[in-house]
Amino acid sequence: MIDGILSVAWIVTQIMLVVGPLLLGVAYATWAERKIIGAMQLRQGPMTVGPYGLLQPIADGAKLFLKETVIPSGANRGIFLLAPMITFVLSLIAWAVIPFDYGMVISDINVGVLYLFAVSSLGVYGIVMAGWASNSRYAFLGALRSSAQMISYEIAIGLIIIAVLISAGSLNLTEIVLAQSGNGFWYVFPHLPMAVVFMAAILAETNRHPFDLPEDEASLVTGYNVEYSSMAFALFFLGEYANMILMSGIFATLFLGGWLAPFEMAPFTWLPGPVWFILKICLVLFVFFWARATLPRYRYDQLMRLGWKVFLPFSLLWVVLTSGFMVAFDLLPA
Amino acid sequence: MLEDYLPILIFLALAIGLAVVIMLATLVVARQNPDSDKLSAYECGFEAFEDTRRKFDVRFYLVAILFIIFDLEVAFLFPWAVALGDIGLAGFWSMMLFLGILTVGFIYEWKKGALEWE
Repeated sequence: MIDGILSVAWIVTQIMLVVGPLLLGVAYATWAERKIIGAMQLRQGPMTVGPYGLLQPIADGAKLFLKETVIPSGANRGIFLLAPMITFVLSLIAWAVIPFDYGMVISDINVGVLYLFAVSSLGVYGIVMAGWASNSRYAFLGALRSSAQMISYEIAIGLIIIAVLISAGSLNLTEIVLAQSGNGFWYVFPHLPMAVVFMAAILAETNRHPFDLPEDEASLVTGYNVEYSSMAFALFFLGEYANMILMSGIFATLFLGGWLAPFEMAPFTWLPGPVWFILKICLVLFVFFWARATLPRYRYDQLMRLGWKVFLPFSLLWVVLTSGFMVAFDLLPA
Repeated sequence: MLEDYLPILIFLALAIGLAVVIMLATLVVARQNPDSDKLSAYECGFEAFEDTRRKFDVRFYLVAILFIIFDLEVAFLFPWAVALGDIGLAGFWSMMLFLGILTVGFIYEWKKGALEWE
């Protein structure tokens, strides 16, 4: 009995240790985004609240918290309020299987990749429910576009994950990282084309620039979340950024060797594994912000063409090539 | 085996709890002052012309159907990719046959114009 309570308390502590820094990271990801885009446009970004604008995300959060929650009269109240909560919850629980270091993972299940794939697929429900329940034209169109876009790119993501799985021979994320050990033999090198496609696909999957058609300010105002205010909006916002950090974490785990140092020798091994992992996440997040500052938005037909006619055949071909290569040269992990 | 999933269950419960607390806290703290104009659907200042839930483009539906086919294919590939070392050449070639049939279908729908968004 006591043992049971202690082990549950230990699990809860671990979860708090992940969720707390994650939410703080989300807050400062918005700050970093504004600073980085500002720097790329020769502006300073937020500077007023706190030194270098460091308290800006806190101020934004407090402001949203004190706003009125508007529920439109035509909306389905229950679904309307449920949608942001689903988005937020799904963006958090995926972190249960991400390893921060060897053995440093909340739940070391043997089908970790499948779990991640399932949870990120469910993300589309929050958006569809928001768009439908709002009973507003912009929200409805935004949700339609968003769901079609997310499911289109999910296929490419799935096929790319398959190519990595063939190389690693396991669905467990810790084993996938360990399979990449040994002086920089990260999967980003043998699977470089797939890493590029995966990067583009996660931009589309999180509805970010240059694929942010669902929120397309010029034609849809802000898309599926146009009717949301206060913390209901904040939950969508937190969910979106937590998803970006999650996708960066998945990229770092599958392609950049997770917590592994680039070379297993002195100056690189001084930094502990979790620090390497967080550095890699920051690197991928930087690409997210960089893309937003540089690239113009795609047109919707171009977006669908890229997903179905380029990424899908290319990643399918890569799966066949990878498996054929591994079988022909007898390289498969037993 | 199954106890590995207990942390995920606890995580799910905590995340749902956090989301509910955030939503309720703002309802309690912030002043609620609804009126009929504020609660009407946003349409750039116009009154809403008609109900939102009307006909929409069938291509979204088509995309969803195509997605099911290819997502199932990915679901079949997951166990195959992990077991490839054990099932040998026979396993490899049977999956290649399956992918070949699927590719024929893909080429067909491409030629039929199901992937066009003009």
